[in-house]
Order: sequence, then C-alpha cells, then structure tokens
Amino acid sequence: MLSANMVALAYLAASILIIMALKGLSSPESARRGNTFGMLGMGIAALVTLQLDAVQNYAWIVVAVAVGGIIGGVAARKVPMTHMPQTVAFMHSLVGLAAVLIAVSALYDPQAYGIADADGGLHLASRIELFLGTFIGAITFTASLIAFGKLQALLSGRPLVFSGQHWLNLILGTAMIVAGILFCITQAWLPFLVMLAIALVLGVLLIVPIGGADMPVIVSMLNSYSGWAAAGIGFTLGNNMLIIAGALVGSSGAILSYIMCKAMNRSLINVLLGGFGGEAASGGAAQATGDRPVKAGAAEDAAFLIKNSRSVVIVPGYGLAVARAQHALKEMVDALLAQGVDVKFAIHPVAGRMPGHMNVLLAEADVPYDIVHEMDEINSEFSDTDVALVIGANDVTNPAAKSDPASPIYGMPILDVGKAEHVIVIKRSLAPGYAGLDNDLFYMDKTMMLFDDAKKACEAILQAL
Amino acid sequence: MSIAATHDVAQAAAQAAHSAPVDPFVFSFTVFVLAVIVGYHVVWNVTPALHTPLMSVTNAISSIIIVGALLAAGPVEMNLATALGLVAVGLAAVNIFGGFMVTQRMLAMFKKRQ
Repeated sequence: MLSANMVALAYLAASILIIMALKGLSSPESARRGNTFGMLGMGIAALVTLQLDAVQNYAWIVVAVAVGGIIGGVAARKVPMTHMPQTVAFMHSLVGLAAVLIAVSALYDPQAYGIADADGGLHLASRIELFLGTFIGAITFTASLIAFGKLQALLSGRPLVFSGQHWLNLILGTAMIVAGILFCITQAWLPFLVMLAIALVLGVLLIVPIGGADMPVIVSMLNSYSGWAAAGIGFTLGNNMLIIAGALVGSSGAILSYIMCKAMNRSLINVLLGGFGGEAASGGAAQATGDRPVKAGAAEDAAFLIKNSRSVVIVPGYGLAVARAQHALKEMVDALLAQGVDVKFAIHPVAGRMPGHMNVLLAEADVPYDIVHEMDEINSEFSDTDVALVIGANDVTNPAAKSDPASPIYGMPILDVGKAEHVIVIKRSLAPGYAGLDNDLFYMDKTMMLFDDAKKACEAILQAL
Repeated sequence: MSIAATHDVAQAAAQAAHSAPVDPFVFSFTVFVLAVIVGYHVVWNVTPALHTPLMSVTNAISSIIIVGALLAAGPVEMNLATALGLVAVGLAAVNIFGGFMVTQRMLAMFKKRQ
C-alpha cells in the first residue's frame, strides 16, 4: 500500500490531468488529447483508491464496475447525437443518486470512512457536510430525472404551473432545512430520512414548471449541482480529489448556466420560477397569426434562389434535431459548395436543447467546424449575405427582441437574419415558437416560407438543385 | 510600545502559528475555493462549439464520486453500507465509461475542411 503522502500526491496528479482535460476543450484539435488526459486522471484516482487498506471487497467491486462500465460503454456507442440532451440529463441523475447512496452508507457505518469520533458517532462538521451532500445529491437525482423525462418526451415539455407552487416549494425547502439542522444536532435517522424525502420531492417540484426550451439552462444547472454534490461528499470524507473535481464541474456548470441565461436575456431566478411559454402567451399569438399574409414557396423556388446566390448563411434550430435533418442538410450544403456558393452556419447559444447541441449535430453530419460560426462572429455578416436559410429555428431570429420593448423576449440577443437580402424559413407551420410569440420575420417582404419538415425540405431542395 | 511588549506580541504570534492546528475543514475549504477559481478560468476558455462535449466530460468527471463509493464498498463483510456503496460504484462506473466514451465519440466528429 502507498503511504498517505503518496496517495495525496497521486490525487494531485489526477486533479492536474482532469484540469488539462477541461483546458483541452478550448479548441477541437486539443480536445481529443485532453479527453485522454481526463481518462488517465480518472484511472489514476480509481486505482489509487482501490489499493487503500480500507478497500478489500474486490470481487464485488469488479462486478459492479463491469456491469456499470458495460452499460455505460454500450450506451455511449448507441445513443444518437440528437438524444444527447436527455442522455446528459440522465447521467446527472446517476451522479446525484450515487452521492445520496454514499451519504447514507457513511451515516450507517462512519467507521469505514475513518470519519467516526471516539464513540463511533460523527463530528458536527461531518454531519453538516453529510446534510449538504445528501440534499444536493437528492435534488440533482430527481430534478435530472424530470428533465430527462421532458427531453425524452416521456413527460410533456409544457410548463406545469399551479397556484401556490412557489409557496409550496418555499415551505418544503424550509422544512428540509429544519430537518437537516435537527439531524446535525441529533445525528438521528428520522430527521435525516425526512430531509432526504423532502429533497427528493423538491427536485421534482422545482423542474415541473420549467418548459422544454429552457432546458439548456436547467441541464447546465444540474451539471453544476452534480459537481457540488461530489464536492460535498469530498468534504465529508476529507478527500481533496473529490473536492477539486467537484468544484471544477460545479463552476463549469454554473458558467454554462450563466451563458445560457445571458443568451436569453433572462435571469436564472426568472428561469427557475418557470411558467415561461405557457398557455396565455400562445393564445395571444394564435390570434395574431390569423390575418397577416405570408409568402409561401415551394422547394423549387427555394432551390432557385439559393443556387443563384453568392453567399448563404444557414441558421439551424431545434426543428433540425427533431426532424434529424442534419445529414440531409449536409448533402444539400455539399451540392451548394460544389456549385461555388459560399455556405456558412450561424449558431445561437441557446439553439437546441443543450449548450452546443447544434454544433454536435452538424459535426456528426461531417460539416467542417470552420464554417460553423457563433452568433457574435457572424451577426455582422448578415447584411452581406444573399440568402439566410432558417431551418427549424424561431425565437432566436425574432426581430421583436430588438424592436418591441413590450415583447417578453425584448433584449434577447438574436441572429440578424432579417438583414440578409433574402430569407427562407423552413418550418412545419406558422405555429409560434417556445416563447409563444409571433415572429415578424415570417411576414417580411423578403421572406419566403417553406412549410415542411426540415428533413423533407432539405431533400426536396437538393433534388431541385 | 516598549521593546519588551513587542517581543511578547511576536512570541504570541509565533506560538499561534505553531501550536494552534488549522481545522481540516479550513484546509479542504482552501482547496475547494482554489479549485473553483481554476475551474472558472479554464471553462471560460472553452469554445462554445464544444459546450456539449464539455457537459458530457464534466459528467464523467463528477463521477469521481466513485472514490467515495469504493470506500463505502470497501469492507469485506457485507452490510447495508457496503451494499449501497457497491450500487454507487456501479452507477458511477456507468457515468465514467459512458461519459468519457461519448465525449470521445463526439470529439472525433469535429473535423476541419479538407
């Protein structure tokens, strides 16, 4: 067995490797090597822990790792890229559940962790840490399951709101903290279990009022929670490896949540309170759509327009993912590139259901990443663009965000699609987007609407080219 | 302040530095805060195009919780604590293998124009 100092140094090495894994993600070239560093770091941390005197139960541990590893490995190979948001949400729930199980186990048998005091009980500090780790883990677990259900369409993506919702959450949250404090004082099982049960319920209640398109924020936030839960368990066990890795993940998720909120010009509190995109707003929009003329076109018209332009900027949205149109789109883009048309992609930070969702779909379809641009890079180019082709995106192109102070999305940064010479919008219907708003872009003179499923539309345009 | 008094103060300070042990929590907390700051700076440098791989790899990384699960599962005699530990080992293993492998799969897709 390694000395305690050697173990600590090995954990330090593993922590550095994990930091390098995150650092690698600053560019696609360095990211692959970074991922290898991450695996190496995780391997070192696990092996060092396995050789500790306290860990003897090898046969069962091998079984558990093998079962988990095979399930994880198969899932990682099989899962379609369009399903990444729900996959990530599901994995967050596993971290949360694991944190809860470890906490319960530590409370049941503190001796195994070497955190027991002389009479076999827990120190006050350990109890507080256990309380924090457990409730963050429990909320992460059930909240992620609900997020998974919404993303997988097992549950309705609509926000579920009822009166007194926030009061109920507040009362439950207070009750949970009171039970937690009682546990910290008494170290009894009853308040611990009450606290755990409330935390599990609270996780559900916190996510049900939040609608589908706010999921990028929620998935990022749960990412953050899963890190804090790991760090919390690290405090309980006095293990720096857990604290460092947990803190890295926690701050990563927090930054992503911040970026997503900023890209919608909303505060995290506003997203968490939920109810956005509910019935009332969409009712108003339906009324507005009735009496305004739009210019609808066929795939042939769109193909003609695109073929005769110098530059095309494609704006993909969640509709692309729903229709799984990325491969059809790529074939269309190839045909255009072959004809000498300059094609670029413009990605809004909240396009899709998780941060970076569109980039991964396009990468899967072999679209080279150097023609895929972020909003800030490409917004100035729209005025120089012949055709802007919007595929399954809506709110992120809505000019009301700039022009109408009364609009709920006023102030949200948008892609300046309307500045292009011509606009083609591929969309199944005029139905309002997530925010429940009508989009003035659809009624502009230069806009041609192509009412079809994203995949069929791309195939039809390719045919006509 | 007289020289003698200064000397007393210095001695008291030296004693405080040597004899009063720092609470282990404070050490842990120091590490925690520094790690949050490192994370903050590293993650702001991640390109937005790779935000999905960032989430899947941080998912794998937060499964470092397997270290705690292994300790829970460690003792040879089986009881509730070890059983829960073993389940936690399995869950964390799903995430570690799944998280790193799906990240690798995604990163392999990002290609430049030929």
